[in-house]
Amino acid sequence: KPSFGLYGTRKTFLFSSDSSKPILPCSSTLSEVGAGLQREFGFPVVWFGRCVIQVQFTDSGISRVLGFSSLLLNCLLIVNLVTRVRLEMEGEQLTEQETALYDRQIRVWGADAQRRLSKSHIFVYGMKGTVAEFCKNIVLAGVGSVTLMDDRAVTNEALASNFLIPPEEKVYSGKTLAELCCDSLKEFNPMVHVSVEKAELVTLGQQFFEKFDVVVISSCPPATKILINEKCRKLSKRVAFYTVECRDSCGEIFVDLQNYKYMKKGKADGPASECELRYSSFQEATSAPWGRLQRRTSKLYFAMRVIESFEEANGRNPGVFSVEDVPAVLQLKRKLCEAQSVSESFVPDTLLERLVIGSIEFPPVCAIIGGILGQEVIKAISGKGDPVKNFFYFDVVDGKGVIEDISSRAPEADSASSKSANIITQVVLE
Amino acid sequence: FHSCLLFLSFPFSLPRIRKLVLVHQRFSLEDRLFISLVPCSILQYHSHSFTFPLFAPFLLLPTTTIFHWQIVIDLQLLPRSFRLALYFAYFICRSIPVSALFPMASLQQSPAIKGAKVLMVGAGGIGCELLKTLALSGFEDIHIIDMDTIEVSNLNRQFLFRQKHVGQSKAKVARDAVLRFRPHISITSHHANVKDSSFNVDFFKQFNVVLNGLDNLDARRHVNRLCLAAEVPLVESGTTGFLGQVSVHVKGRTDCYECNPKPSPKTYPVCTITSTPSKFVHCIVWAKELLFAKLFGDKNQDNDLNVRSNDSTGSSEQTEDVFERKADESVEHYGRRIYDHVFGYNIEQALSNEETWKNRNKPRPIYSSDVISAELMQQNGSSNKAGSADDPLSVSAMASLGLKNPQDLWSLTDNSRVFFEALKLFFGKREKEIGSLGFDKDDQLAVEFVTAAANIRAASFGIPLHSLFEAKGIAGNIVHAVATTNAIVAGLIVIEAIKVLQKDFDSYRMSYCLEHVTQKMLIMPVQPFEPNKSCCVCSETPLTLEINTNHSKLRDFVEKIVKAKLSMTSPLIMHGSSLLYEVGDDLDEAMIANYSANLEKVLSSLPSPVTSGTMLTVEDLLQEFTCNINIKHREEFDEENEPDGMVLLGWTQVPTKPKDDDDKPHTGNGVSTSKTSETEPAVAQADAGVVKINVEAIDASGKKRKGPDSKDISLDPPSNVADEATAANHKKVQQIDEDEEDLVVLDQWDIDTNKKQKLR
Repeated sequence: KPSFGLYGTRKTFLFSSDSSKPILPCSSTLSEVGAGLQREFGFPVVWFGRCVIQVQFTDSGISRVLGFSSLLLNCLLIVNLVTRVRLEMEGEQLTEQETALYDRQIRVWGADAQRRLSKSHIFVYGMKGTVAEFCKNIVLAGVGSVTLMDDRAVTNEALASNFLIPPEEKVYSGKTLAELCCDSLKEFNPMVHVSVEKAELVTLGQQFFEKFDVVVISSCPPATKILINEKCRKLSKRVAFYTVECRDSCGEIFVDLQNYKYMKKGKADGPASECELRYSSFQEATSAPWGRLQRRTSKLYFAMRVIESFEEANGRNPGVFSVEDVPAVLQLKRKLCEAQSVSESFVPDTLLERLVIGSIEFPPVCAIIGGILGQEVIKAISGKGDPVKNFFYFDVVDGKGVIEDISSRAPEADSASSKSANIITQVVLE
Repeated sequence: FHSCLLFLSFPFSLPRIRKLVLVHQRFSLEDRLFISLVPCSILQYHSHSFTFPLFAPFLLLPTTTIFHWQIVIDLQLLPRSFRLALYFAYFICRSIPVSALFPMASLQQSPAIKGAKVLMVGAGGIGCELLKTLALSGFEDIHIIDMDTIEVSNLNRQFLFRQKHVGQSKAKVARDAVLRFRPHISITSHHANVKDSSFNVDFFKQFNVVLNGLDNLDARRHVNRLCLAAEVPLVESGTTGFLGQVSVHVKGRTDCYECNPKPSPKTYPVCTITSTPSKFVHCIVWAKELLFAKLFGDKNQDNDLNVRSNDSTGSSEQTEDVFERKADESVEHYGRRIYDHVFGYNIEQALSNEETWKNRNKPRPIYSSDVISAELMQQNGSSNKAGSADDPLSVSAMASLGLKNPQDLWSLTDNSRVFFEALKLFFGKREKEIGSLGFDKDDQLAVEFVTAAANIRAASFGIPLHSLFEAKGIAGNIVHAVATTNAIVAGLIVIEAIKVLQKDFDSYRMSYCLEHVTQKMLIMPVQPFEPNKSCCVCSETPLTLEINTNHSKLRDFVEKIVKAKLSMTSPLIMHGSSLLYEVGDDLDEAMIANYSANLEKVLSSLPSPVTSGTMLTVEDLLQEFTCNINIKHREEFDEENEPDGMVLLGWTQVPTKPKDDDDKPHTGNGVSTSKTSETEPAVAQADAGVVKINVEAIDASGKKRKGPDSKDISLDPPSNVADEATAANHKKVQQIDEDEEDLVVLDQWDIDTNKKQKLR
C-alpha cells in the first residue's frame, strides 16, 4: 500500500542505478532526489513548481532519465515509479558495509528486521535526557531517518541530563535544543539521516505525520499528546505513537500501536502463531476509571495522572514545579480520589511529593527508560518480539520495570486482551 | 521516610545522642558515624528499608562540628496538618537549598558521588554506556581498564567510537569522548589487561566501588577475587541480546561472583564430533577444532581427526601422512586428496562399522569428483580478486569466487569450491603462518574454510546447511548484542553503585532485564543472595580432587585444574611446607629448572609425593586467593564423561557433562538406546516440565511473599526446591559465550538449530 504525496512532502526514495548500490540516502526530499538523479545520470534535472521528471525503466530497474514533462502526462508514470522503487527496496539486500556494522544486532533480530529498520522514519518531539538516550539508541540501531523538533533554548536542566549537548556556551548559544542534538546524533551513525523540523507542534497538520512510521512525544501537555495521537490514528497507514516522561527517579512510557498484528514466538520450540493486539488511544488509556483498575496497578499510573491534571488546571509547563506546589498537588489528589471513589491511599503521598519536587531527570533512569523505549520502537518496526501494551513504568525505589495494560474500554474487551497478556506472562525466562 | 527529611540544627550532648541512637536496634552507631565521615550535612537517601519506632522519630547525625547535631525528622510519622505546616514554614525560611533536601535529583551534587573513586573494568558495549551514565550522574573520578582496540562491528552499539577510531584503544577513545561533554571531571584510562600485575590488591584498594562490564568468565573471576581481597564492593553485569543482568557483590553481605555455579563452555563427547554428528554445531566443532587445526595448526598437537579410522585400519603412520603436503605436489592435488580423505574415505571407513548405524541415518561419502568437475576446478578462482597480500586478514575465497552475500546459503558445489579456494589461498598467500594458525573469528579466510568444511560434512550426514554469517556466529561464539540492553544495564549498574556508596545495604538488588514479560515485569529486581558457605573463593572450604596419582602429571594438574578451573594466572602450589610449583618473574634458574622438572613428574613421584589423602595448597599471589585441595586417588575415569582424567568436587560449577540430552554418551561401539529423532520431542517435553515448575515456584513465592521484592526462591540456586530440575534446565539453557561481551542467559542459536531440525 504505497501512500505518498506528490508535491512538497518528503518521501522515501531509494534510487539505484545498479540495483545493489543506493545512490541516495533512504530519506531524501524531492529536490535531493532531483539533484541525485542529475549527479548519477548526468542530465540537467531542473525542478519547476509542478514538474516531474520522466524516467524510463526496464525490467532490471530504472535505466535512464529521458527528460521533463508536465504533470498531467506523467502522473501515472510517477505512480509506477514510486511503486517500482519501493518493490525493489523490499527485495534489496543489506550492503556489505551495513552487514559489517550491524553484525551483532542482526544476530539478535535478523537481516529482514534490519532492512525494515533502515527504511523507517521517526519523528521525535521534546529533547530532554530520556529522549536523547532514545535517539542515540535508534540511530545506532540504523533506522532510516530521525526528525527532531524542539525549539527551546538550552537550559541548565538540559545540560545536566542530555549528553548530546556540548557544555561550552559559545557552541550552544543561539541554537535550539533540536539543532544541537541533531549535530551530535549525526556523528553516531553516518548511515542515518538526522534532521530538524522547526514548527509549532500543535499546528502541524495530519498529513505531516503521514511521512513517519513512529512518532515519539515527550515533555508537552497531555492535551497536545491527545491531539497528536488522534492525528496519527486518523491516518490511513499505521503510525506507532509513543509518549515518554521522566521525573526524578521514575519514568513512564505510553504505547499506541492501534491494531498490531505480529508473529508471536511459540513457547520453547513451539511454532509461531499470529497474534493481534488492540491498543487504546492516549485519551482512552489515561481516562480509565480508577475504581475498576486492580489494586496492584502501578501507583505511578495514578500519580502521573494527578500531576497531569495539576499541570492542566494551573496552566503550568510540564516539569516546572517546586516544593511549594506539594500541598496543592496533594489536595488535588484527594479531590481526584474522591471523584473516582477510591480511597486516598490509592496514590501514596510520598510518591507524589517525590515526583513534584524532583522534576529533574535522573540520568540512570533516562538510560533505562530510553533503552526500553528504543527496544519497543525497534520491535514495532521490525514486527519481531512482544511489544509493551500499553504502559511501562520504572521506579528506582523498588527497582521494578512494570508493564500495565490500561484502557477505558468495557471490561469484556479488557478480559479478552488480558488473556493474551497472560499468555505472554507464562513464557518464563530461566 | 524516603521522600521528605527535614534537617534542623541543635546543640546536643554526645552521651544523649549515643543513647538515642542505641534505641534503634536496627543500626549500629558505627554505621551512622561512618556516614558522618563524609563531609556532608545531608543524610544519605534511604529507602523504606528501615522503619522507625513511633516513640523515637529522630535519627541523629553528627556534622563536622562535634557538638552540633542534626535531627532528622521522618515527616511521614507526623500528622498531615503538621506536615503541611512544616512545608509552609520551610518555604518561608528557605534557609536550605531545595535540591539539598530531596533524594535523586540532588544526588548529582551529593558528596558521596562527587567524592567517590570508581573503577570500570571494560570499555566495550556496557562500558561505553556506563561511562556516559556515570559522568552524567555526577561521578568525578573514574578509572577505566580495557585491553581491546576498536573494531567495525563495535560501532553499532559502542557509541563513543567512530569509524576513524577503528584500531585505537577503547579505554582511551572512550575517555576522550566523554570528556567532550563533561570536560571538568577526571577520567584515567588504562590500555592494559586487568590481569596485569600492576593492577594488584593495593591498586584496587583505592576505589570505593568496582564496576564490571567484561566479556569473559576468566577476567570476571579475577576481578572478583581482587575485590574480595581488597574488600571493595563489586557491581557485576552482563548482556546477551535483549537479556541482561546486574548484581552487587559486597564481602560479608552478599554472595561473591563465584558463590553460585556459572555455566561453563559447552563441550561435546569426542565420538559425536568425530563420527556421529547430529547437529550443525558438531560439524563446526569438527571443522574448527580438528580439520582446521590439523591442516594449519601446530602439527605436534594431539588431534582426534583420525581416531576412528585409525581404529579400523590400525596403521597410524599411513594416515598421518595423508595430511602432509608432498614436496612436489600441487595445491589442487593436495586439496583433492584431503577432501577425498576426510569426506569420502573416512566416512566409508565409519560406515563399515554396521553397529554404529543401526539406529542412525547413514552418512553419504562425498568425493571431490562427484561434486566438482575438473573444468570447474580449473576455473576456480581464476579472477584474481582475493585481496592484497599485505593484509592477511582481508584475503577471501568468497571474493575470488564472486560469492557476495554472507547470508546466502551455498550449495554443496559452492562449499566445495570455497573449500578448495580457501586451501589454495592459505598455501598461496599465507604459507608462512601454516603450522601456527589458530582459529580466529576475525580471520575471514579461516571462517570461510571452516564454514565450507562444516557444510560439506553436514551435507554428508544429512544435516541442514548454514550460511557463512550463521556459521561465523557459531564458530566464533559471537554474542548477540544491541545498544538498548547495554544502556538499560548501565543505568541499573549506576543505581546499584550509588546504593553501594551510600551503604544502603538493605536496598541492594540483583536486577534482570527480561525479553518476555514475567509477572508483569520487564526489569525484575531480586534480593541479593547470601554468601555460599561452601564457596571455595570467599570461604575457606577445601575442594576435593579425584585423580589417578600414579598416571597424572603435575602439568595436567596445573593446566586442567589450576588454570582452567580455578582461573589462576600466577599460581603457587605447596604440599605442606615444600614448594612444588611456582610462577613469577623473580625466580632464579635453578628453581625454574626444578619446577619444570616437577611438571613432567607424575604426582606420586614428586619430591614430596602427592597421594590419596594429601592436602595441596594452591595460591595466587596476585589475586591474593588461596585454596586447599584434598587429593583422592581414583584408578579409572570414563573417557567420554571425564575427558580430563580428573574430577574436581566442591567446585561451584555446572557439571561439564554433555549438555544435550540427545548427546548421551554412546556405549562402546556406538549403540544408542533410541533414535535421535525420537529423543528430541521427549527432551522438549522435559524442558517444558522444568519451565512449569519454575512458573509455579515463582507464583507460590509471589503469593506468599509479595513478589520478587522478597527473596525469590526459584532464582536462588543454593536453596532451590526444584534443584535437580533447574540444574537440568541450566544445562540446557545456559551457555557461556566467552569470547565477546557480556554474560549470557540463553543459548539462542542452539534453540534455533533445534527448531530447524524439527521442522525438517
